[in-house]
Amino acid sequence: MSENQSLYAPQVPIFPRRVTGYFRTLKWWIMAVTLGIYYLTPWLRWDRGPALPDQAVLVDLAGRRFYFLWIEIWPHEFYFVAGLLIMAGLGLFLFTSALGRVWCGYACPQTVWTDLFILVERWIEGDRNARVRLWKADWTLHKWRLRITKWIVWLLIAIATGGAWVFYFTDAPTLLRDLIAFEAHPAAYGTIAVLTATTFLFGGFMREQVCIYMCPWPRIQGAMMDDDTLTVGYREWRGEPRAKKRLESTGDCIDCMACVNVCPMGIDIRDGQQMECITCALCIDACDDVMDKIGKPRGLIDYLALSDEPQERAGQAPKPILKHILRPRTILYTFLWSLIGFGLVFALFIRAEIDLTVAPVRNPTFIMLSDGSIRNTYILRLRNKHGEPREFRLSLSSDEVLRIDVEGSQTNLVTVAPDSSTQQRVYVTARPQDAAAQQSHTDLRFWVEDVISGERAFRDSSFDGKDK
Amino acid sequence: MTKHETDEATGVDTTGHEWDGIKELNNPLPRWWLWCLYLTIIWGIGYMIAYPAWPMISGATKGVLGYSTRGEVAAEISRFEQQNADLRESLTQVDLSLLKDDPDLQRFAYANGAAVFRTNCSQCHGSGAAGGLGYPNLLDDDWLWGGAIQDIAYSIDHGIRNETDADAHWSQMPAYGEVLSSDEIDSAVQYVLQLSGGEFDVEMASAGAVIFEEQCSACHGADGKGSRDVGAPNLTDAIWLYGSDTAALTETVTNARFGVMPAWGQRLTRSDINAVAAYVHGLGGGE
Ligand code: SF4
Ligand code: SF4
Repeated sequence: MSENQSLYAPQVPIFPRRVTGYFRTLKWWIMAVTLGIYYLTPWLRWDRGPALPDQAVLVDLAGRRFYFLWIEIWPHEFYFVAGLLIMAGLGLFLFTSALGRVWCGYACPQTVWTDLFILVERWIEGDRNARVRLWKADWTLHKWRLRITKWIVWLLIAIATGGAWVFYFTDAPTLLRDLIAFEAHPAAYGTIAVLTATTFLFGGFMREQVCIYMCPWPRIQGAMMDDDTLTVGYREWRGEPRAKKRLESTGDCIDCMACVNVCPMGIDIRDGQQMECITCALCIDACDDVMDKIGKPRGLIDYLALSDEPQERAGQAPKPILKHILRPRTILYTFLWSLIGFGLVFALFIRAEIDLTVAPVRNPTFIMLSDGSIRNTYILRLRNKHGEPREFRLSLSSDEVLRIDVEGSQTNLVTVAPDSSTQQRVYVTARPQDAAAQQSHTDLRFWVEDVISGERAFRDSSFDGKDK
Repeated sequence: MTKHETDEATGVDTTGHEWDGIKELNNPLPRWWLWCLYLTIIWGIGYMIAYPAWPMISGATKGVLGYSTRGEVAAEISRFEQQNADLRESLTQVDLSLLKDDPDLQRFAYANGAAVFRTNCSQCHGSGAAGGLGYPNLLDDDWLWGGAIQDIAYSIDHGIRNETDADAHWSQMPAYGEVLSSDEIDSAVQYVLQLSGGEFDVEMASAGAVIFEEQCSACHGADGKGSRDVGAPNLTDAIWLYGSDTAALTETVTNARFGVMPAWGQRLTRSDINAVAAYVHGLGGGE
């Protein structure tokens, strides 16, 4: 290690300049939509009848239900959540292999909130030059005033962000009232405090540090990109040699530093693809603006694929974008993604409103009654997903003669409360002379039938006889 | 030997580590990373002061917050006990024959009774309540002292043939080895086999019938169906507590049996007894 290299690097302050253009506008829209979804969703209502909560999206941890509009997920249906997570993963693979770090550039909460915080910063402290000046200035009253105003606004946004999160887990209006009255559960305050702190810190102060040092995603993304991936790059063969003063021999880059000044990561895209670049595309907007002014074609900085470089250098047209995007890898990701998507939709449609599971009691496997009959016990779990109580009739079918009895009932009818499940002990008996009592196993099928709607569901199980 | 060099593209030194031509750059850590390390150290010290941490000769340092996992469990238990106090009170007062009309209380009784059963009863009756040789199966429909929920509660409360509770169920079968000859006993056994539908010796059984009439019918009834007043088993059914083969029956008649159960009323609360009675009653054999 040479003498002049320190073990630790200080954070270099970055003052991104305001920029306008196609990608900036797109990013404003994405920011508005994603933040809107995040802050407003818990306040949407959805009528599910009197027995169930009316919050459109609700993760009810205590009640162990997940409500999403008309869909209600029970704990035993967690595969839906797992499926959605796999789809989210594959979706990221797909987008990354097609368009590089688009997730980072447009949709990652870190990027969106940082963008919002930078916007606030600009409103209060001015654009890049004013901010640089302020940064260098002594700590006068003026500087304190601006800084504190900024921090307060950041803090308010951070509180709103942390606050919105907890609303997803319980009835939002009730929780808001409790929060204000200081009557909410400590876990709610704790969660808000932690998320407020992280939002404030990550959006206000850590910013690019999160992406460079803390986030694992950029490292993984590298493995998903290849030469055909479209990502933000600089047409060095067009721009170089750069010069402020334009001569016949100079390239299109006038070294105005616009692309560097707008970069939220504080890098120079003209140095080539870099680990720090989140492909926010703001440098494209900045450079296009400059090219317009000097009367050169746009796209000196642009979405490029590495594989186009040789053609472009030779002055030929690059491959069409569609050809870059459609390759075996992206097609495979799309296929897998849709496969799981279709599977989930299919599973959603075949999902029964009533359901049962059967747990045979195997301690002991069977008992003998005083008349010599053989009896097995089963614990049936009946689920009623309706918003009102339902009566179910239990029955069984089998090749052999078997009788079913329900604990505590003469009728084989069981009532299950709305949106809940019930455990029911059920006995199956074979008379001494019947085959089922003699042989070791007899297959049987339990049926549950909704008395009113006639909906039916079944589960297979087996009956243990004397012959071991 | 590791070789340090400076990477051309980045101007950063390498660490000297190299794998298959890939060299590791010695990029500096961000300074805040170092602060995080200091923070964790401070946190760690605070934690050691606040919580039990240092192992000493007898136990660990207590920590100024006085936290212990045992304390946490105790607090949880007392929280649940407070939560269930009302249910427990209702269960103490309840008329057991009406329990089935109160599903909430019944569910509580089942759950509570299952726990009481596993702790106190499973040693003899088995964790699945199927009993064993000499220990009645509580799942079937055969009850020596009655299978209604109140009967079950009484048996649990006072026990059977114990010395500690004056109200315990009591009866004693004579050891017929001291009364009858072994031939007579063999004949009686053959008759019992006939009663229960087993294979038997016709000649001996008819002799046995006379002995049964004289000696056994007082308790087991003329028809051999037993009597719950004295806990005399039904000899005509398929269920045998001590085995149904000739040897086991001969042993029973010769030396008699004397199954004992403790009086749980002396150890458990009324609500626990009611709970475990409800649980046993709900296992499938309850009357
Ligand atoms: S690097 Fe990580 S934190 Fe930064 S934008 Fe990408 S995914 Fe988000
Ligand atoms: S180099 Fe360009 S695309 Fe990359 S982070 Fe900076 S401004 Fe965004």
